[in-house]
Amino acid sequence: MSEPHVESTEWEDEMARQRVDEPIRTTIGEPHEEASADARPDRPTAGAPLLEVDDVTLRFGGVVALDGVSFTIGEGEIFGLIGPNGAGKTTCFNAMTGIYRPTSGEIRFGGQRVTGLRKHEITCMGVARTFQNIRLFPEMTALENVMVGADAHHRSSVLSALFRLPRYRREEAEGREKSLRLLEFVGIRHRAGHVARNLSYGEQRRLEIARALATDPKLLCLDEPAAGFNPAEKEELLQLIRDIRDTGVTVLLIEHDMRLVMGVTDRIVVLEFGKKIAEGTPAEVRDDPKVIAAYLGVPADAA
Amino acid sequence: MTTTADTPSKPQKAAPPQGKRGGGLRGRLDNLPTPARWALIVLVLAVAYLLPYAGDVPIIGPQVVTQGIDWPTALFNISYYVLLALGLNVVVGFAGLLDLGYVGFYAVGAYTVALLASGDSSFGTKWVWLATIPVAIAIAMLSGLILGWPTLRLRGDYLAIVTLGFAEIIRITADNTPHFLRGDQGFAGIPHPPGKHADGTPIFGVRDATPYFWLGVTVIIIVVLALRNLERSRVGRSWLAIREDEEAAEVMGVRTIKYKLWAFAIGACVGGLGGVLFAGENGFVNSAMFQLQLSILVLAAVVMGGSGNMAGAILGGALISYIPDRLRGTKILGTDAYEYRYLIFGVIIILIMIFRPQGLIPSRRRALELKDRAKEVAPQ
Amino acid sequence: MHFSNLFHQFGELTVTGLAQGAIIALFALGYTLVYGVLRLINFAHSEVFTVGAFTAVIVWGGFGLNQDSPTPGLGGFVGYLLIGLVAAMAASAVTALVIELVAYRPLRRRNAPPLAFLITAIGASIAISEFVGVLTHRNNKGVPRLIKQEEVFPFLDGKVTDLQIFIVVVALVMMVGLDLFINRTRLGRGIRAVSQNPDSAALMGVNKNRVISLVFLLGGLMAGVAAIMYLLKIGNVRYDNGLYLGVEAFAAAVLGGIGNLRGALLGGIVLGLFENYVAGLFATNWHSVGAFVLLVALLMFRPTGLLGESLGRARA
Repeated sequence: MSEPHVESTEWEDEMARQRVDEPIRTTIGEPHEEASADARPDRPTAGAPLLEVDDVTLRFGGVVALDGVSFTIGEGEIFGLIGPNGAGKTTCFNAMTGIYRPTSGEIRFGGQRVTGLRKHEITCMGVARTFQNIRLFPEMTALENVMVGADAHHRSSVLSALFRLPRYRREEAEGREKSLRLLEFVGIRHRAGHVARNLSYGEQRRLEIARALATDPKLLCLDEPAAGFNPAEKEELLQLIRDIRDTGVTVLLIEHDMRLVMGVTDRIVVLEFGKKIAEGTPAEVRDDPKVIAAYLGVPADAA
Repeated sequence: MTTTADTPSKPQKAAPPQGKRGGGLRGRLDNLPTPARWALIVLVLAVAYLLPYAGDVPIIGPQVVTQGIDWPTALFNISYYVLLALGLNVVVGFAGLLDLGYVGFYAVGAYTVALLASGDSSFGTKWVWLATIPVAIAIAMLSGLILGWPTLRLRGDYLAIVTLGFAEIIRITADNTPHFLRGDQGFAGIPHPPGKHADGTPIFGVRDATPYFWLGVTVIIIVVLALRNLERSRVGRSWLAIREDEEAAEVMGVRTIKYKLWAFAIGACVGGLGGVLFAGENGFVNSAMFQLQLSILVLAAVVMGGSGNMAGAILGGALISYIPDRLRGTKILGTDAYEYRYLIFGVIIILIMIFRPQGLIPSRRRALELKDRAKEVAPQ
Repeated sequence: MHFSNLFHQFGELTVTGLAQGAIIALFALGYTLVYGVLRLINFAHSEVFTVGAFTAVIVWGGFGLNQDSPTPGLGGFVGYLLIGLVAAMAASAVTALVIELVAYRPLRRRNAPPLAFLITAIGASIAISEFVGVLTHRNNKGVPRLIKQEEVFPFLDGKVTDLQIFIVVVALVMMVGLDLFINRTRLGRGIRAVSQNPDSAALMGVNKNRVISLVFLLGGLMAGVAAIMYLLKIGNVRYDNGLYLGVEAFAAAVLGGIGNLRGALLGGIVLGLFENYVAGLFATNWHSVGAFVLLVALLMFRPTGLLGESLGRARA
């Protein structure tokens, strides 16, 4: 059951930006002017396809937020999704994690269709995400925040919690152990007992990553995780992302900062006005004239 | 956030992990050494059970006990109000669902007992009080699910009016079904709880409400223990997560509808239990006992005490029952204050909320937050 | 169920329902206005109505009118009506402003959580209604019959009385006036600005506290009119009438889409009609059950009410 009012503000922002950027595109039936990007033979991906976005279109009223977007993320990759403001990156994310339902097209995860599934079902399949504007549970401690994520795979029932049955106690202990490990992994273990709202901005970003990792994702989607970071913090974040990949988790990165994306990703898809305009390795994308045009005034290799 | 934003956090400069404080859901009690904790708990419980004799305490005693209503009965009233507050706290405090019709579940509990046990009932089953308890609880929980299923997709304020409507529907139904729920006329002769003294007189009689109060306290203790287990578990975490950010919770894998339904069902269960107790003590149930105002009072109790915090709910529940009862039989400017009890009470509610917007006993995480802030400021 | 009842009295039920709906709609405006700006249920709004109603009764009493007074002529009707209206509107408006000052503003200053506002409002509601209850010894107070309630023209099986026409017309006039005020005046623009985005409105120099007071004032004025219409229609009032009518008014506001002025009108009318049909179909006592069932059923399909939320988009 989709709730139409959900996320309306974020979406409205997106819409507002698009209005400024360009007149609204009307139909999906139009032949893709940017067909060349699709026509290019697919690069061999790092592993078996994990997430397939197949001709996804998303319309809000008359506005086309995503227009026939297709790409495939391979297992074990660090995959970048970039594009100028309002290009539809976050919309794409929201479609993948069940917050929006695509108007047409299909998203498959590990070969299984995820379009139309409930949000928690998608999470349990192995897709986890962070939010562009941090959305922690502010009154809960850092540890509790992560444990909510860890609970995603727990099976103990309300009754077993009520009577503290062995299964519940085992899962609780495991969840706590795992959550502390993850807090250690992202480097904020010392803040475990503090309520999330009192963590610094950087700590909150890290906590969101830990919370997402606690759901045991196969694919971790990070929505502008470096926003508001200084260069040193960005460097630390890059290392963290590589560490996450090294544990076997595929990473999808939405990012604004070209340098960050270029430095860490294996492959990149570029969106503009809801359409895919380029796909390839960082080097290929950087030299693509369409991308340069899209980022006019922001040279792709800006240091 | 501002205090630490400019100092990038690095694992190296980590303070020792504070695993012990971990859960954060634990009450302040858990920070005491174990023996002290137990001593305190035993002391509090002993005081609770001895409350019927409070009048015998010199000096303070006579000030505390009620005058216009006998003290054990006032205490028993407190005990079922506390139960109601504890149950509503699950719905409003833990899960953050605004319920303005909580009295509906209380009515369901009381009416189930009346229907099954009273001689006035058209069912004619005449069960004993004890036997009605499981049925009453089951039906109360069921009514929670029935109310919750269609309405839990609604946002806060919409939920409020729908729940209010639910309670009103039950009351109006009771008012207008002279043969089924018997309206004003009500059900008389509802049996009391079982048990006899050595001399053959029943423990739960009509003269002295003390045993009922003790029964109430015992039920409260059981409910508190059960709710504490839930609060500390994934169930409590899911409720809090839903309260804080429902969509983020669902994206993190929380089955929001399921846990919201559980919150309603558990709240309904405790409310129903309150109704069962009340019916067993009072022996009489009619539609006038389930007015809209009661729901509103219990909500005031929860928020006044400190929403999301069981100690707060207990205190709030005790106050909404005690204050009006205490005013009964006292003189203000020559007239019985009982007439003004709710007027005074309304003013007290406003004053409490203005001076303690987080409630009398703010939930522990608020306190924790203040401590955190103090700590962050100090070393820098 | 008495289907024949419903059919035979359809006209009668419709006309009564419209008049009742008009009163509910006027009352509902107060909830909607405050909600639109503060996103809060002003639980104490029911007492704004109560105070208005009793003030009118007292003022009329001061002119020697009581329930046994003979019905005055047209001149007397207009005169007493105006006196009553002024008294009730003034009393209701003052009550609403006092509630804002005592129960809401201190909490806003302390950045209290939303539930705290609801509870102070409940406290204020209890205190005021009990105060009125104590003053009136919790009795019904009768009201002079200012208007004869004569048939003006027949309608299907029933008749339309002068009072019913009067109530509906007054409600519509107040509604149109309020709508114009909100949409056409500078003060109204301030209200719309705050309701759409309180923070940027504050940045643009809108005085938020003044807007909030204004909203309470407007809601109070409307409740005062609703109180007079109620007195004319029902003929008596008790200290707790406001609470139950308030619940219906709040339901109407939600039904139409809380925060939406035209929604309050639509919600009030729909609720009034539906209640009367249910009363015809079953029995009078079941009318509010019908209202709540309608509300739940509607919210399941339109979670934000018939016309959706937002004071700001009332023009659309």
